[in-house]
Amino acid sequence: MIEATASILFDGVAYAMVLFIISVGLSVTMGLMKVVNLAHGAFAMAGGYVLVTATTVVGVPFFAGLAAAFAVVAAASVVLERLVYARLYEAPELDQVTACIGLIMMATAGAILLYGPTPQTVALPAGLTGRLDIGFRQVPTYRATIIVFGIALFLALWFGIERTRLGARIRAAVDNRHMATSLGLDVGGLFTLVFAIGSGLSALGGGLAIEIVGLGPNFATQYLVLFLIVVAVGGLGSVRGTFVAALLLGVCDTAGKYLFPQGGSFFIYVLTVALLMWRPAGLLGRAR
Amino acid sequence: MNAETAVAAAVPAIVRHRWRWYEALPWLAAIAAFFLLPGYLAFGTQIAITILFVLSLDLIVGYAGIVTLGHAAFFGLGAYAVGLLSIHADWHEPLTLLAAAGVVAAAGGALTGWFLLRYHGLTLIMLTLASAMLLHETVNAGAAVTGGYDGLTGIRIAPLFGVFDNDLWARTYYCYSVGVLFLCFLVVRRLVHAPFGLSLQGIRGNARRMSAIGYDVHRRMVAVYTLSAGLAGLAGGLLAQFSAFVTIDTLSFARSGTALVMLVLGGTGRLYGAFFGVLVYMVLEHELAKLSPAYWGLGVGMVLLAIVLLARGGLCGILARLARR
Repeated sequence: MIEATASILFDGVAYAMVLFIISVGLSVTMGLMKVVNLAHGAFAMAGGYVLVTATTVVGVPFFAGLAAAFAVVAAASVVLERLVYARLYEAPELDQVTACIGLIMMATAGAILLYGPTPQTVALPAGLTGRLDIGFRQVPTYRATIIVFGIALFLALWFGIERTRLGARIRAAVDNRHMATSLGLDVGGLFTLVFAIGSGLSALGGGLAIEIVGLGPNFATQYLVLFLIVVAVGGLGSVRGTFVAALLLGVCDTAGKYLFPQGGSFFIYVLTVALLMWRPAGLLGRAR
Repeated sequence: MNAETAVAAAVPAIVRHRWRWYEALPWLAAIAAFFLLPGYLAFGTQIAITILFVLSLDLIVGYAGIVTLGHAAFFGLGAYAVGLLSIHADWHEPLTLLAAAGVVAAAGGALTGWFLLRYHGLTLIMLTLASAMLLHETVNAGAAVTGGYDGLTGIRIAPLFGVFDNDLWARTYYCYSVGVLFLCFLVVRRLVHAPFGLSLQGIRGNARRMSAIGYDVHRRMVAVYTLSAGLAGLAGGLLAQFSAFVTIDTLSFARSGTALVMLVLGGTGRLYGAFFGVLVYMVLEHELAKLSPAYWGLGVGMVLLAIVLLARGGLCGILARLARR
């Protein structure tokens, strides 16, 4: 019993950290520009594929591959932001949703054309395979690393948002974009920067996720719902909210799937509907 | 948004409801197809059913401005209502079954609409999506009753009017589906030109102002959501009767998304957008997706982006602009 609970908790938290790393950029960009970016999962997928190419075709080590995924996707997202997203900021929601569905379809088709329909795998470095002894029990090293990394990233982002000048600007723009612009903040430039970092983090998460949830051309649609749910439940623009929501949903989803394999993802949707109806702006989001 | 206002202003409200000659074209085409393309009637039946589904979506997305990613829930409710009643309640008469499908889906729409339509923006989109997925997972988990992932098989449907059975060439079901679509279209067309439909457009434009001048916005949204859900249920019920089985992807996110894609392709808030969008999408898909699903996806994605960035209003919008030249 305790054994099962512990392993559910551990796997759930590792899964939650992947969700957090992928979703946090989405939360901040959606909070900033109010664009319903359904295509965010495509950035994570792109990151996964860049990692696969970098490690197998180019032959760089795993961590250099992750850095490449971050850099390539962040750079590509700036182009995409200027060409497509910049024109959606003031558009009706339907246009935003449509454009994003278009991007997802293109990303899925591109993945099939370049990599084929089969799921991809990535070889982990020797130090991350196997199990780690943390005193009272043995845990998979890779998942433990992800948990540590996720928490470190959360603390770094939290510090960045709460304690730095850039963070103060982002918070100001999320709270009231028009007022921030009036005060002389370059909200457009700020957004491009945040979009690039967010997409890069998403790519990083996509790369880390390969070992845990797999990577195939349908990644963007398959997990789209989950990322959006994390963001909507956490509250737009809130790093802390995204972290809490990712933990809650990651652990619940894992527990649901372990305990009731037939029920599939039933619990996560019940939880989502209930949470959103109770707090429409998310757990830590502010009502507007 | 501006282009649409311009279109609306060009045709005064008082004459907008009048029938024009070209509005007979879809129905003449449907009749012509019956005689000229006898080998394609099964495909034609699917097109008519999909048009009905997308038309129901246009009512809430195009007129009331409710963006939903979970409309397949109502399509699936209708389909499962027909399937479950036929298998577990020994009820096989097609017309009453279809009515039951509509009523069940409309009830689902009224219930969820009452709760969900208080929310806006991303929250509303996520709630429609999550509640549709919830239904999907419920059906998946309740395999003992619903057949779960394998779907419902062994649905038996009595002949239409006790006479016309489903034949190999789908002649009966083609006429049946086009007939149902025509009746539903008359209702929808009448409705959107009535004061109720105009008030929906007002809500889409500015819900707060509509509320301020005395409209009960929430009640109207729930009303149109219920009607739209009912129509989607009819479409689902028709599909279940036609194919004699129900698969779980009647409830899938992909179905909601594709319907939205077809609607945007045809043009939202124009009634005929559903006809154009579904016809063009399904015919092209039928021909091209076989060659290469990947290139098909790539092409559709590009077209969607192009519509949003360059040609708002979809195919109907392009036609309207050409007509005005």
